[in-house]
Amino acid sequence: MESVMVTKVEKDEITGQSTTGHEWDGIKELNTPLPKWWVYTFYACIAFAILWFVLYPAWPGVDGYTKGILGYSQREAVMERVAEGHAAQAEYRTGIAAADLAEIRADPALLNFALAGGVAAFGDNCATCHGGGGAGNVGYPTLADDSWLWGGALEDIHATINYGIRSGHDEERYSEMPRFGADELLEPAQIDDVAEYVLSLTGQETDKAAAERGQEVFMDNCAACHGESGGGDRTQGAPALNDQIWLYGGDKETVTDVIRNARRGVMPAWEGRLSPETVKMLTIYVHALGGGE
Amino acid sequence: MTTAAMTADHAAARGAVDYDEGVVRLFTIATVFWGVVGFLVGVVIALQLAFPVLNLDLPWTSFGRLRPVHTSAVIFAFGGNALLGTSLYVVQRTCKASLFGGPGLARFLFWGYQVFIVLAASGYVLGITQSKEYAEPEWYVDLWLTLVWVVYLIVFMGTIMRRREPHIYVANWFYLAFIVTVALLHIVNNLAVPVSFGGAKSYILWSGVQDALTQWWYAHNAVGFFLTAGFLGMMYYFVPKQAERPIYSYRLSVVHFWSLIFLYIWAGPHHLHYTALPEWAQILGMTFSIMLWMPSWGGMINGLMTLSGAWHKLRTDPILRMLVAALGFYGMSTFEGPVMSIRAVNSLSHYTDWTIGHVHSGALGWVAMVSFGAVYYLVPRLWHRERLYSVRFVSYHFWISTVGIVLYITSMWVSGILQGLMWRAYDELGFLQYSFVETVEAMHPFYVIRAGGGLLFFLGSLLMVYNLWRTARGDLRDEKPYVAPVGAAQPAE
Repeated sequence: MESVMVTKVEKDEITGQSTTGHEWDGIKELNTPLPKWWVYTFYACIAFAILWFVLYPAWPGVDGYTKGILGYSQREAVMERVAEGHAAQAEYRTGIAAADLAEIRADPALLNFALAGGVAAFGDNCATCHGGGGAGNVGYPTLADDSWLWGGALEDIHATINYGIRSGHDEERYSEMPRFGADELLEPAQIDDVAEYVLSLTGQETDKAAAERGQEVFMDNCAACHGESGGGDRTQGAPALNDQIWLYGGDKETVTDVIRNARRGVMPAWEGRLSPETVKMLTIYVHALGGGE
Repeated sequence: MTTAAMTADHAAARGAVDYDEGVVRLFTIATVFWGVVGFLVGVVIALQLAFPVLNLDLPWTSFGRLRPVHTSAVIFAFGGNALLGTSLYVVQRTCKASLFGGPGLARFLFWGYQVFIVLAASGYVLGITQSKEYAEPEWYVDLWLTLVWVVYLIVFMGTIMRRREPHIYVANWFYLAFIVTVALLHIVNNLAVPVSFGGAKSYILWSGVQDALTQWWYAHNAVGFFLTAGFLGMMYYFVPKQAERPIYSYRLSVVHFWSLIFLYIWAGPHHLHYTALPEWAQILGMTFSIMLWMPSWGGMINGLMTLSGAWHKLRTDPILRMLVAALGFYGMSTFEGPVMSIRAVNSLSHYTDWTIGHVHSGALGWVAMVSFGAVYYLVPRLWHRERLYSVRFVSYHFWISTVGIVLYITSMWVSGILQGLMWRAYDELGFLQYSFVETVEAMHPFYVIRAGGGLLFFLGSLLMVYNLWRTARGDLRDEKPYVAPVGAAQPAE
């Protein structure tokens, strides 16, 4: 019994402290007092907390909460910051709202502001699909060149951004390429022939006989939108087929697939999601990327 | 004459206690197994962030599903098994009593806990989640864990109640605080109504900001009571045992224990700074986080100062070195935590990689390192071997892991601060200077470095597995033992 129960206070040789006299599986404890610096730092942290309770909102009550003597409110603080930001930009924003697109381009101060606002809005709203700087991705047109689906003048770009393409907006840009294969409008052999013909428009090596047969199919089915020489039609968003710029790819397999199934890509309408000034600034920015007309 | 004294009397009469070591062996194996799994998935998802193509375009292998597999595997599977195993070892030794409920209940606890892990992880991969961080398992898994956890409480508490020591050792206070509080957190945060008994889907009882606050009260105290209090319990046994020195200060252990558990439970709102949570709750959470600094450090001081008179052992004992490094990382991350809880700091650090780095300095540096130390201590004893297969391998493991951790933490500091600064940068006209995608691009090199750090940490754990496997088999590596150099400082006798 004694071996377990006796409290045997010993002196630790190394530290000079006495033990508490207990032992568990060979572990003993020293009776060292609390380190002074630890105690005082702990007190300082508590004092800091109490100070904050006095200065700031901190404790709930039955009805409401303690407000603190500084009168701090998170909501008011952020509203102030937002108001400051708006005030700093107010002059330019009113200018942009009042001016039309051509006037903005003509005014160096407004142009500078619109380009800065445009690049910021583009990065967070457009670059996801169109790439940084409008470099484009498969299925998402490059905006930095002069090949336009729906037009590259300021007003054209503005309408595309504002109303979108096949977006469901009342003013949307809309057209539908038929699904020549999926809806059995053309025979598979005809599709193959017309694909050969489309490739021949850009001088790619093709099956000459097939391309010749395809020319007739093209004139009957495609030329109405894409033009007799394949130059495209911006009023319908029909891409030019006689240049080296391809939205989905210019190899035979992709071209055949597009003829069979069509694509009908969608761009959202930004009216209502972005402010009218931001859409204007985006227009100016996209127009300035390299291909503006 | 107390009951404890009478029990002790009987113990003395009956002689040695029949400790249940078998269940501790099982938990040790599970700790190492789940550790390797959790670290591996961590490396995979770190690489996915650097190279998104590794998501493989499959739902089951996407980052969103594998991330909770990683977090649950390392926290609940690796950390949980380490806590359950060591707590059952420590409570028996320090109470001089075998486990309450006998080997049967202990085996139920072991296998029941492994079933919980498998149910949770398989659910994540299949897309079954309640979308609460660190509380992802759905209602049927939560109910099962509740049952298992109550059994754990009964086994642990029952063993303490039939102890043959007059006092309860400090390690057991921490383990008990961990068990009780985790039960409370788990139940309250997971109160949910299943849509049907045949389906996995349920809806949480709380809604809106109340749900957010309950969730972060839970998640922060998962850090506080699972990853801090539980592992402090581990530290309080294995550090004095390995150093063969008495605990530095009994009084400090009392004061820091009670202050830690009182203050920690209030700190959760600091995860919701600048959100819809009312500012008074944010500020209250911040002040309690700051007051928590010294109570947290109490554990570090008590651990480190226990080495007074044993510092020279760090040269020759890599297990002790691991435990001490763990305490260093613990001290660092429990200082960083209060700093990050300050609203002004948090406005920069929140939502950035800094938070990820902070978590990993605690998880890799503290939780994993102290667990490795405990496992290296336990395996030769549990398998009744003279020593580890290789002590030098422990040293290699220590250095590989430490380099990995440092790479991880520093890359996330730089990445996180860069990210935070880029997010808030305005140009002279008042427009955001960087788009979000530009900030993501800027993170890439740091994500690669982080994955490299994680890979080193993972490789170190494989070396541990090999070492432990050979130890359990009874092999001894023919190697030069670590010997203190002649003339090394010796403790004053």
